[in-house]
Parts: sequence; structure tokens; C-alpha cells
Amino acid sequence: MLRDLRRIWAQALAIALVLGCGIMVLVGAQATQSTLIQTQAAYYERHRFADVFAGATRAPEDVVQAAALIPGVAQAEGRISFQAVLDIAGMAEPATGRILSLPAAGPALNLPLVRRGRLPDPDRPDEVALAEPFAEIHGLVPGSRLRGVLNGQLRELTVTGWVLSPEFIYTMPPGAMMPDDRRYALIWMTDAAAAAAMDMAGAVNEIAVRLARDGDERAVIAALDRLLDPYGGTGAYGRDRQVSHAFLDGELQQLGAMAAFMPPIFLLIAAFLVNMVLGRLITMERAQIGLMKALGYGRADIAWHYLKLALLIGVIGVLAGWGFGWWIADAMIGLYGDFFRFPFIIRDWGTQALVISAILGIATAGLGGLRAVWSSLKLPPAEAMQPPAPPSFARGWADRVLTRIRLRQTTMMIFRSIIRWPGRAVITLFGVSASVGVLVMSYFMFDAVERLADSVFQQANRQQVTLMLAHAQSDAAVQDALTLPGVLHAEGAYAMPVRAVHGHRNRLTALQGHFPDAELARLVDDAGRVVEPGASGLILPEMLARALDIRAGQVLRLEMMAPPRAILNLPVAEIIPQGMGQEAHIAAAALFDAMGSAPQVNMIHLSVQSDRMDDLNAAIKETPAVAGLSDWAEVRRQFDATLSENLLTMVGIYTLIGVLIAIGVVYNAARIQLSERSYELASLRVLGFSRAEVGYVLVGELMLLTALAIPLGWGFGYWLALGLVGAMSTDMFQIPFHITRRTFALAALAVFLAALGSVMMVRRRLDRIDLATALKARD
Amino acid sequence: MVHDSSPLPVFRAEGVTRVYKTGTVEVWALRGVDLRLAEGEMVVLLGASGSGKSTLVNILGGLDLPSGGRVFFRDRELTQASDRQLTAFRRDHVGFVFQFYNLVPSLTARENVALVTEIARNPMTPEEALDRVGLAHRMDHFPAEMSGGEQQRVAIARAIAKRPDVLLCDEPTGALDSKTGIQVLEALHEVNRDLGTATVLITHNAAIQRIAHRVVVLADGRVIRDDANAERVLPAQVSW
Repeated sequence: MLRDLRRIWAQALAIALVLGCGIMVLVGAQATQSTLIQTQAAYYERHRFADVFAGATRAPEDVVQAAALIPGVAQAEGRISFQAVLDIAGMAEPATGRILSLPAAGPALNLPLVRRGRLPDPDRPDEVALAEPFAEIHGLVPGSRLRGVLNGQLRELTVTGWVLSPEFIYTMPPGAMMPDDRRYALIWMTDAAAAAAMDMAGAVNEIAVRLARDGDERAVIAALDRLLDPYGGTGAYGRDRQVSHAFLDGELQQLGAMAAFMPPIFLLIAAFLVNMVLGRLITMERAQIGLMKALGYGRADIAWHYLKLALLIGVIGVLAGWGFGWWIADAMIGLYGDFFRFPFIIRDWGTQALVISAILGIATAGLGGLRAVWSSLKLPPAEAMQPPAPPSFARGWADRVLTRIRLRQTTMMIFRSIIRWPGRAVITLFGVSASVGVLVMSYFMFDAVERLADSVFQQANRQQVTLMLAHAQSDAAVQDALTLPGVLHAEGAYAMPVRAVHGHRNRLTALQGHFPDAELARLVDDAGRVVEPGASGLILPEMLARALDIRAGQVLRLEMMAPPRAILNLPVAEIIPQGMGQEAHIAAAALFDAMGSAPQVNMIHLSVQSDRMDDLNAAIKETPAVAGLSDWAEVRRQFDATLSENLLTMVGIYTLIGVLIAIGVVYNAARIQLSERSYELASLRVLGFSRAEVGYVLVGELMLLTALAIPLGWGFGYWLALGLVGAMSTDMFQIPFHITRRTFALAALAVFLAALGSVMMVRRRLDRIDLATALKARD
Repeated sequence: MVHDSSPLPVFRAEGVTRVYKTGTVEVWALRGVDLRLAEGEMVVLLGASGSGKSTLVNILGGLDLPSGGRVFFRDRELTQASDRQLTAFRRDHVGFVFQFYNLVPSLTARENVALVTEIARNPMTPEEALDRVGLAHRMDHFPAEMSGGEQQRVAIARAIAKRPDVLLCDEPTGALDSKTGIQVLEALHEVNRDLGTATVLITHNAAIQRIAHRVVVLADGRVIRDDANAERVLPAQVSW
């Protein structure tokens, strides 16, 4: 058996690698997923991550006790949370911070993990602890100082320590699309200091709740909403709407999809390949099989001999897959470790995946081998010892067409071979198109991100800077903004957190009021169309409409979560495709008409002279009316940096996989061709055909199949990408489905080159054939 | 009649040796062979298995290179030729016929012949070549649909279709019964007679020698006899 394996080692390796790819994805994704799930669970448990979260404008402290008494609640804790603008040494633009108060008795929920230094001293109101990522970037070690505008007052703060929290494994600044550890800080401050800064003594504006073992989350959310309603409650929500948790969960869901989605393709191809190669090996060894039978070996003995070979290939594939799977899991866990902030990692080897993949891998190879072995058993020994009869070629309709178009005979040989062995051609087609498909799907991720970036940064948000105002103001504020240094153009906007209610469904979202003739911040759908909200009615993105189960023409109830806390009932005018969109839109005139108030703005979008950004930043740090600022160039940089690292890794892995399949399939097909037709091809050389002309017969057939497989692979890739969009889309966003020609072309090119390389490797063997011997040796 | 009067022979081999090395063992297939083949001549190479016949014909046909000695095709030295030149030599000047026909199974009789006519300089049509070997009625059949004798005649048609200068036949009747074998010999005989193609015919069947102009006998890698036939017979008169 080892001799057989040595004979076909290159082919066996190619098959084992394809099989290994499937197992690699399965093991890699599962090990990563279970590592993250276990780490997440342990982190949540040890640091008492809350189950339900709620906000209010200002609620008396005793609502926390009342919340703890709600049936199903095990524990409740209140805190004060607010935004602040920070002035960090060495940073021109202002940073934004979210200040979180620490209960005087020490936190009981969402326990911060002190990584360095200590928590602030209750007796020192200017002490703060910072989230580790922000502190690390700016080198704000314990003892460092920073300045912040807290509730309109400039304060000097002293850093006491660095902290991580299960609430902020993934941190998104409000209104941003990506984490921004440089410009967004989480700041923990003692309860007394926060209350003093915000005039909130004896009050809280956030409540976190831990459920009892049998607590009903929905009932608790409803009870909390009722409890906080008189105090400007902004709506309670479970972990599923908690940003950090929802993102992490989305990521875990994607890993699960990857583990379920990809491996079957590889396993199927590997099974076909084992069948093909073993079938060929058995054909070459017919005489030996006949001899063994004649000598009295039973069918089972012979079958077991070949089956062992298939199983050995399976075992090699499984082991290679495990190895690569762990390696990939390590790489992915490393990436996630950077992206998500876990204080520790509980590594899980994905034992379940190991067992499943071993069974699947070996069964795949075994099943592939079984079919080939079966045919060897049917041969009577006497027939098996004869050389196989020359294959007969029938004249079907396809053949008549070919004869009619008068091809060169070497080309005819290519077509006849495909027609004669359609099953084999189909395996090659299937394998190569799968490889094209995998590449299309993987390069599609770039398309999606580019599309997204283009839509968000080029089409929708053309402003350089967005100012968030501390309070809504009349639209005269836009004129004031024009006086800030470097500002070329200013546009007001109005945004308000709302709870959208339709029937029994509701969603927390935002309502955007659009002023007419906006040039900077526009509403753009996935097709790139600029949508101008009409005179009345709401525009909803598809995903929000689906979540609310609402159609155009129906009325949506919007409850504002901040003053003036208006409740509006507005008809839905239009539903637009918008993958990243979660917010409801309306014309400003219609909005203020419905609210019965004069036009207001609470955001101002600016276009700014690029060389005056520093002046603008400096001015804004001193403008109390501005609560925060978004620098869109910086947002774009963050977006690119975060995505490019993740994407390159993923796309690299998928490219490797796609190319490996192509090589595995084409190399095996070429080797089988060569071994079956070496006699025929050597005859051509004898007749005076050059190496290149003979090579054409071998290379031509496989490259023709590759060329045919490419459009099929495009179709397959389209379907895979569609599946990917479905699997990766979360409640938070939907990947735009748009595959560029570049992606199709790149996938085709990569596979074409991989196939060509594989065939050329085999062609070199053809060149080395000794004509005199090849003509004598008839197998 | 022997064509010794021809000034330049088609083939001239001088002291040709061929040594195969298998591991540490050296096998001498040819131990210094001298041979001339005149234009239009038909020579039968006779000898036991392993006597070096096939090795010699492979070297003459440019399929193999000798270990020593020189081989000329007309005034060109084959022993100095590159692989590319040898390929061109086979394509333009040599027709091969083998024991196992070496037809391409996926091509019909006509297409097997067309394979060669498509790359030859001055070929006859596949139809004409097949007609010469008496297979005009079997042109659209695949090899698997033909008898051994028919397949061998297709191989001959393929070999002569390019109007080669020399036809090299390695045991062309080896796999055939005597009746079919004679049909194949008749085809070769007619080609030699009508087109004047110099022909080398390898066989270990002594009965065949009488159809040739000359008989060369090899044993143990050497020429041990080289006699002109005083009187040739037609293939139909041969039997075995």
C-alpha cells in the first residue's frame, strides 16, 4: 500500500490538501467561535455583565430600589452617564468622552477590571480612570492629566488607572460606524464627582439590571419602561441591543456560518478526486488485481487494500486540516483579540469540531474510494489480467456538430475526450468552478466594503466635520458656525433618538430631519441615488421597515427619547434599500410641522479649508455650545485601518483555499490524463508532432474545461456571495450586494493561472517521456 | 534487383552502438552496426527477440540516439541533430508503422490520417491514402470498430499519407493472423512499388524475408548477414 501511495504521492497530497481546506475552515472557525464564546461567557460571569439596560433624563435614586423589586430582577444599579469634550495633550482635535459614574459603595454590575493603577478615590472629585485602549494610545499613565469640558465647565482631571469593562468589549462612539480608540474615551468617575459636575445629586440617568435565573426579559423591560416613563425614560433594552454585545454576537454568528457554509464544498470535491485517482490506480493495476484474485485473494481483501489507501489520504487530509485549522484559529483569535477588548482569552481547541471533522474527512475519502473499489471487484480475474479494451467512441449529435465544423485533429481529440468521459469533465468543471466561486465570494468582500465606504464617505457624508450641539438651537446657529475659522460652508441638521413603534414591534433608532438643498450630508440609497424626503411622510431603510413589519402608506409612531419628548404619528412615504441605514428620515419642514415648533438644529455639518483644521479644532475646544465633533477624514482612516487588516487576512485565507482547490482538481485531472494517454501522446511525438503540439492536447483539454468552468464559477460565486450577505448581515447592518467586474476578472485570472501552472507541471512530465519505451509499454 | 548504384543512400549507419544502463548493469543493444539503405529499397530486418532490430530502427527514425557511431539521412547527420530537428525530420521524412498500430482511439480512420496530413508539407488526401490500403469504405470508423488488420492498414495509410522518404515498420504483422498479415504486407509492397518509398521492415518471421530486396539479419547487436534476394516474391505467395 505504501508503494501505491508513493506512486501517487503528489496526487494524494493534492487531494489531502483540498480535504484539509474543508477541515481547516471547519476547525478554524469552530475553534475561534468556541474560544470567543467561552471567553465572552467567562468575562460576563466574572464581571457581572448586566442583562437589561435603561436610560432616563433624570430619575431619583430610589427608582433603582424600585427596579430591583421588579419581579424577575436579581439586582439593579444606577449611574450617571454623560458626554464630555476632552482636550488631550498632543492632539489637535478634541476627543469625545463618555463619563460613567462609579457607585459610592463600589460597583455591583458591569464591574470594571483595573488593568493598571487604581479606581478613583471617592474623596478626590478630579480623579478618573480611563478605558485602557484610549489611555494606551495617548500614554495617559496614572498621574497624567487631561482637560475636559464637563457640562460646559472646563475641568482638570487626573488619571488614576486603566480599566476594561464587559460592557465595552467593542466600543462604538455615538453616531460612528467603527470603533475609534484614539478619539473616543470611556471615563470612570466617582458618583459624587459626576453628580456634582452634572447637578445630578440624588439622581441617576442610567439603570442596569441583572435578571434572576427565571426572569422574563420582556416583562422586565416593559416594567422598567413604565417605571422610568415619568423621568424621561429612553427605553429599556436587553443585551441584544447593547452595542458591544450585539457586535460580538454578530461576529460569532458569522463564524458559525463560515463553519457550516464552506466545508461541504471541499469535502464533496475531495470525495470526487479520491474516486478519480483511485479509479485510475485500479485500472492500471487490473492485471495485478486479476492475479491476486486468481491466487485466491477474496474480494474483501482486495477492496480493503485500496480502501486503506483512500482512508490514509483521508487521515492525512484530516491531520493537515487540524494543523492549518489551529493555525488559522490562532491568527483569527489574535485579530479578534485586537479588535475586541478581552482581558483574557480562554482558548478552546474546538474538540467537537475535531471529532466531527475527523469523521467527515475520513468518511469523505472512504466514500470516494468505495465507488472506485467497487468496480474493481466486479471484474472476473481472467478479464482483469487482459489489457483493457480500447475505449469505444460513439457518434452522438455533439460529435456530428464537431465533425461539421472541421477542427484540427488535435482539437478534435480534446473534444472527443470530453464527450467520451463526461463524468470526469463534470468533476473538473465542478471543482474549478467551486474554486472560482470561492474567490469571487472572497474578493466580493472588498467590493462590499468599497461600496460601503463610497456610499458613506463619498455620497452621503461629504462634510469634513460634524458638530454635535449640546442643545437644539434655532437655525441661526448655522450662520454662527460660518464664523468659525476655516469654515467654507455650513449646513444644519436635526437628529433625535426615538422609539419607533408599529403594532407590537418596536425599535430604538434615530429620526433624521433633512433640510432642503442639503449639499454635504445627504440621504443616499444602495443604488447611489440621492433621496430627497418629500413634503410629508417618513423614509425608512428596508431593514428597519422589516424589523417593524411596516409598509409604505402605514403609520409609524415615533416617541422621542429626549426633550421635547414629542410623540409623532407619521405615515411611511417610502422604503429605500440602504444596507448601512438604521434610521428614519423626514424633511425638516414636515418634522417641525408635526412637532408644532419652529425649525431647530442640533447638528451642524461643515466643509472646512483643509489647512485650517487645527484652528477650527482649537476654537471648538473653547465653544461650550458644541458637545462633540466628528472629523470625517479621521473616521475614514479608522474605517480603512480596521477593515483592511481584517479583510486582508480573510481574503488571504480564502484565496489560498480557492487556489488550492483549483490546483488539486486540475493537477489530478492532468495526471490521470497523462497516465491514460501517454501512449497516445507518445505516438503523436513519433508522428512528428512537436512537444508543444502534443502538450496542447493535454493542456488544451484542461484549460478548455477551466475556461468553461469560469463562467459557471462566476454564477456559483454570485450565489455564495448572496449566501454570505445573508449569513453576515445582522440587525445592525446589511452588506451591500454588488460584485464588480474586477472581482470576477481577478477570480478568473487567479484560477486560470493556478490551473495553467498545474497542467504545465504535468506537461513537464510529458516532455520527459522516453518515446522508445513509451511505445512499448502498453498498460 | 538491388539499388546499390544510387550515389547517395537514404540511410547510412556507421559503427552504431547503443548501451542501456539499468542501475549498474550495462546492456549492449547494438555493438557496432553498419548499414546502408538505398532509395526505393525494401529491406527486411530479421532477428530474434533482443537482437537489436527495434533499437536500430528507433535510431534510424530519430526516436532514439546512439551511444556511439554516426547515422546519416541522405547528407544530414542525425546523430548531431537536436530534439527539435529530429521532430522535424520525423514529421517531414519518416513514416512509422508499429506492431500495435498506435492509432488515436478517439479519432476515426480518416481523422487518424488527417492528423498527419494536417502537419505534412506535401501530403496526399486522407481519402487517397486510405484508398491505397483498401479502406475507402471504412473511413468513418473508430479504431475500436475495426479489426486488427484494418487498424494496421489505417496505420500504414497514416504513415504514407505524408509521402515519406522512408517507411519504418516494426513488426507490422506481429499481432495479426497470417491472412490479415498478408493483406498488410501487400499494402506495404504496393506503397514501395508505386511510390518508391524506401522501406525497412522488422520481423522475426523468416517467411516474410522473401518479399524484400535485401535481408539483414541481426544477432546480439551485430549484423551477421546482409544478403540481396536474388528473387523477390509477392506477399500473396508468402505463407506462415
